[in-house]
Amino acid sequence: MVDITISAVERRYGAYHALKGVSLDVKDQEFVVLLGPSGCGKTTLLRAIAGLDHVDGGSIRLGARDVTAEPARKRGIAMVFQNYAVFPHMTVFENVAFGLRMQKAGEPQVKTAVESAAELMRITSYLQRYPAQLSGGQRQRVALARALAVKPAVLLMDEPLSNLDALLRLEMRAELKSVLAQSKTTTIYVTHDQVEAMGLADRVAVMQEGRIVQYEPPMQVYAQPATTFVAGFIGNPPMNLLKASRQGAGAATLGGASFEAPGSGPILLGVRAEELELVDAGAGVQAKVRVVEPLGPSQLVTVEIDGQMARLDLSNRQKVAPGEVIGLAPLPGALRWFNSEGGLRAV
Amino acid sequence: MSRRLVHVMIWSGVIALSAWVLAPIYLLAASAFSGRLGVNAWPKPFFPTAPTIEVLSFFFKVEGVWTATLTSLQIAGMTMLFSVLLGAPAGYALARYPFRGKDAYRMVILLTRAFPVAILALPLTVRFIALGVYDTPLGIALVHTCLALPFAVLVTSSLFVGIPRDLEEAAWIMGCTGPQAFLKIVLPIAAPGLAATSIFAFVISWNEVFAAAVLSVQHRPLTAYLLSVLSESPLHFRFAGGLFLIVPSVVFIFAVRKYLFSMWGISNR
Repeated sequence: MVDITISAVERRYGAYHALKGVSLDVKDQEFVVLLGPSGCGKTTLLRAIAGLDHVDGGSIRLGARDVTAEPARKRGIAMVFQNYAVFPHMTVFENVAFGLRMQKAGEPQVKTAVESAAELMRITSYLQRYPAQLSGGQRQRVALARALAVKPAVLLMDEPLSNLDALLRLEMRAELKSVLAQSKTTTIYVTHDQVEAMGLADRVAVMQEGRIVQYEPPMQVYAQPATTFVAGFIGNPPMNLLKASRQGAGAATLGGASFEAPGSGPILLGVRAEELELVDAGAGVQAKVRVVEPLGPSQLVTVEIDGQMARLDLSNRQKVAPGEVIGLAPLPGALRWFNSEGGLRAV
Repeated sequence: MSRRLVHVMIWSGVIALSAWVLAPIYLLAASAFSGRLGVNAWPKPFFPTAPTIEVLSFFFKVEGVWTATLTSLQIAGMTMLFSVLLGAPAGYALARYPFRGKDAYRMVILLTRAFPVAILALPLTVRFIALGVYDTPLGIALVHTCLALPFAVLVTSSLFVGIPRDLEEAAWIMGCTGPQAFLKIVLPIAAPGLAATSIFAFVISWNEVFAAAVLSVQHRPLTAYLLSVLSESPLHFRFAGGLFLIVPSVVFIFAVRKYLFSMWGISNR
């Protein structure tokens, strides 16, 4: 139970600059997700926090303790790996007990801790089995039980669900959330899956090329992305980003409709697929329907606005056909403006 | 190609390869059990007509056979120990750490096999006499270790590559030092493979004859002993010696075949 303070952490691999002065505060008992595409530095950061990798600058503090120079074994951290890393030559019981045995805990204490962790992860019935006799999902449960058994100050998870099949992943995600809410452990979780990040996190740190570009609660990141990168990375389908024509300072047009737009430079309009409403043709933004994909609960419609493709998530009751010209109006507060250069939010 | 034809081709290949290995061993064994007359008989019956253990039992009573066997065991044991103790750490380093000249190192290891022992024999003899290890089991074991080490390094390296690094990292995070993680996690997982590697080294040493013959005078290991004694012995006696020499290797290899297969990628998983 401890907060984490990461300040200005640098990491270089030869000429490659993996972490460019990353700072991150994690509150006690908070669940933070590091989210980004592969190669963005999220795993490097996690490994630095774990002590599996050194840093070239900056500091990492757990509570009041500066652990930047401490080896992994002294940090009091637990970690769950992408491919489980359960020890194949030990029974499930011995796997879960490993950390406690390393702390020289007494046998009764080991037994109690293993049993309660096993119960929490529902693996009690195969404590005497070997990992080779377990399925992937069961092994991941063992890895989690092993991490939680030592009552760690901080729990780190490196894409723990990515090796599970889709159905199991959904189930484990919900279970993970409830287990971690019970154990009240400060958690940092790495993933490239934005749905996982949205579902699990108290706060999401979106990473891009060795930097954290936005660090806010998931709904905030979804609704108010700080850059075009975040807008394109979060949400499925990603946010529509459309080039608007500047009409002097403070105004721009798109698809024949005029909008108030901040600043005076080239500008992009960002709007989510579900935040565009159908209005009478001739009114609002003029769009030509290209493709209609029924999804069940709704339909995904691809339209062309001023020669740019955009996606709409429309109710099934609204009938649209390819080739048709429709009018669109954004819901109140649905428009975000980004500077064309640099992709930053324009206010 | 029809399935049947493929089947026939596979099986004829299997039979040809097996015969290649087994026929000489069979003839050796048959001759060793045939006695003096049986060995020289022509045409040869497929089974010895009058099987006898007379020759073999006489062979074992010859003076020096057991001493030489003991010396061989000593040398092979030391070779086994040295190869694993030196080879496994080198293999681990190759498997786990990036370092400058890694590929070159891998090549150089194999290059140690490029120098024929025949060329090294004279300098080795001179050097060994100077060091006082000439005509000792230790001296021969050192040479045999050089012969077995390339295999030990490369095979253990592939063994360690197969053990995910995550396992060690998980152990570090749970409180292990580097050596502790190696002893508690890596070593037990690698143990069967290491056993196979050491037995492989044992067999290499047990079978090696040239260095053994050049570097020993009185304390001869079995191969060197048989080489000198059998050249002056009758034919049936040589067969008995030959059989005695190959049986342990065959038994060893058979015992560890599973691990050799898994090491060489013919997975048994």
